[in-house]
Amino acid sequence: MTTIEPETSGASATAAAAPGAAPADAPRTTPAERPSDGEHLLSTRDVSVLYGDNRALKPTTLDFDAGTVTALIGPSGCGKSTFLRCINMMNREIPHCRVEGHIWYGGVDVNAPDTDLYEVRRRIGMVFQQPNPFNKSIYDNIAFAPRRHGVKGRKQLDQLVEESLRGAALWDEVKDDLHKSGRALSGGQQQRLCIARTLALHPDVILMDEPCSALDPIATLAIEQTVRDIVATGICVIIVTHNMEQAARVSDRTAFFYLGEMVETGPTAHLMKMPKDQRLSDYLTGRFS
Amino acid sequence: MSSASNVTSESPGTPTAVGQAVEPAAGASGSGPKPGRGSSDAGLRAQGVAPKRRVEVRGKVLTGACVAVVAALVVALIVMICGQGVQTFTKDGVPFSKFLFGTAWNPTRTDADGVPYVGALPMIAGSFSVTLLSCLFALPFALGSSIFVVEVAPRFGTRIFRPVTEVLVGIPSVVFGMIGLYVIVPLIRSIVGGTGYGIMSASIVLAVMILPTVTSLSIDAIASVPESYREGSLGLGCTRWQTIVHVVLPSALPGILTAIVLGMTRAFGEALAVQMVIGSGGASVMPTSLFKAATTLTSVITMNIGNQAQGTLYYDALWSLAMVLLVMSLLFILIVRLIGRKGSVKND
Ligand SMILES: Nc1ncnc2c1ncn2[C@@H]1O[C@H](COP(=O)(O)OP(=O)(O)O)[C@@H](O)[C@H]1O
Ligand SMILES: [Mg+2]
Repeated sequence: MTTIEPETSGASATAAAAPGAAPADAPRTTPAERPSDGEHLLSTRDVSVLYGDNRALKPTTLDFDAGTVTALIGPSGCGKSTFLRCINMMNREIPHCRVEGHIWYGGVDVNAPDTDLYEVRRRIGMVFQQPNPFNKSIYDNIAFAPRRHGVKGRKQLDQLVEESLRGAALWDEVKDDLHKSGRALSGGQQQRLCIARTLALHPDVILMDEPCSALDPIATLAIEQTVRDIVATGICVIIVTHNMEQAARVSDRTAFFYLGEMVETGPTAHLMKMPKDQRLSDYLTGRFS
Repeated sequence: MSSASNVTSESPGTPTAVGQAVEPAAGASGSGPKPGRGSSDAGLRAQGVAPKRRVEVRGKVLTGACVAVVAALVVALIVMICGQGVQTFTKDGVPFSKFLFGTAWNPTRTDADGVPYVGALPMIAGSFSVTLLSCLFALPFALGSSIFVVEVAPRFGTRIFRPVTEVLVGIPSVVFGMIGLYVIVPLIRSIVGGTGYGIMSASIVLAVMILPTVTSLSIDAIASVPESYREGSLGLGCTRWQTIVHVVLPSALPGILTAIVLGMTRAFGEALAVQMVIGSGGASVMPTSLFKAATTLTSVITMNIGNQAQGTLYYDALWSLAMVLLVMSLLFILIVRLIGRKGSVKND
């Protein structure tokens, strides 16, 4: 395994389980299954992915903490999205896709066959590359998932909608036409609506797969600011980007992927200034994109 | 080839030569090649472009003529049917309301006021009953199976189910009528008694007949819902079923409505299969039971059109029934159009 972890390599998946070490902000868990590295909100251990017989992602070990942004960078087709989609098990929706390894979150292995997929996705939200608000009003876009998860009261929903829109810095722009279609918004607003939609479920983690790739520079900056705001509330954001400046602006830590392999990870500033791996320094100097 | 490359290589130096070369090509096409490099290029153009232009024109004329024929046919059909259909009201002086709301059909007789019995309401009611009922029967199966093949078993859908439904679309209605006659009618007879003929049997036969069409179009509608909608919903921790009910179906609704209306159009206009199983109820009996013989617009027309002399009132009245059919199908198509337009606005 080529994983290089200058900062967070202290914990090992093979270490004995230490029940009861769950951090305060971790959701209700079954502590018996909890691995040793209780200090991380989310840890992947040797996660690898096969599409049919094609191994798109080699075993990847990474840790993610509450209140931080981790950027996943690398040329396109190197497995960033594939890795991201493991974390909330979106890969389970692809019939020929197989995920191996462990994803420890809240004391359970997300990748275990008996994990409650829906509960995992409720707590690990996802924002996609193309803004994909539903063909519904702004209000219903946000109230959609809470309703499905049993939130009924009108007052409660109203409050949730406002709070989520505020969280995504969209409230002031749309508060007067909450019943307009979500698809009538601009691209950047749609993407922030999608962020608000995940915030409504009070997630611990939000996965973002190149959320700005379809947006103009101003909308991009707005999203980045939103990301920082969200993280300040203690949420963990994992963001895929092919834009180095974006990674530098928005992330605390960075992981570099290349040809299906997680090559190097570390604090963003450190990683960008002093890359250890030749492939990363080539990438940073733009020798390939 | 060689002359073309010559011209290009020369053209920066001799711009006038090129200019001259182009002009005669446009004006005197077919005047034959002239000596010299520039003019040989002109000849090449004259031969190359003009025939192409001729083909262009010929193509436009040909396709335009086809459009004219089709348009003329449509207009002629509508004019003819309506022209004949209104004779009942203009030439024969039957009030339109008596036709539309009258319940007695016997065009050879006249009532106390001297107005012939041309009440079409029982047939109109019969037509609408079988149409609506057949859609009601077909819809759950069409929706259920299209959800299954798009959302649950896409491979089975594209490899087996789609081809099979497409084959079923092409089965002639007389075949459905026969199956109705030999299977549905006896079945109804054994369950509820009576003759077995009636609106129920007709609706079941029609439901089976329109099922492939409605299913096939519903599959298209559901499959055209963007994958990103589903991902968005699944990514929020909703189940597949919640996603289907609350995201996929609402987005596919315009397409599904279109499927239903097209199914209705087909059911409304079907004559043969209906006539085989609906029984021979009097044309002036309002349908009161699903299990009694009844009539529809189409069945009255097909049964009587051969027996009436041109120009008689009966003949005119049958044309009026045809006009009702025409207007209704135009209305159905209009509804489909409106739904389509609304849907495309909504899905953007
Ligand atoms: N649904 C899929 N089926 C088969 N192969 C896939 C699928 N999705 C991605 N891949 C393959 O996995 C590799 C990594 O893709 P991806 O994770 O999308 O890269 P990135 O997001 O870094 O651009 C690519 O080679 C791609 O062809
Ligand atoms: Mg990607």
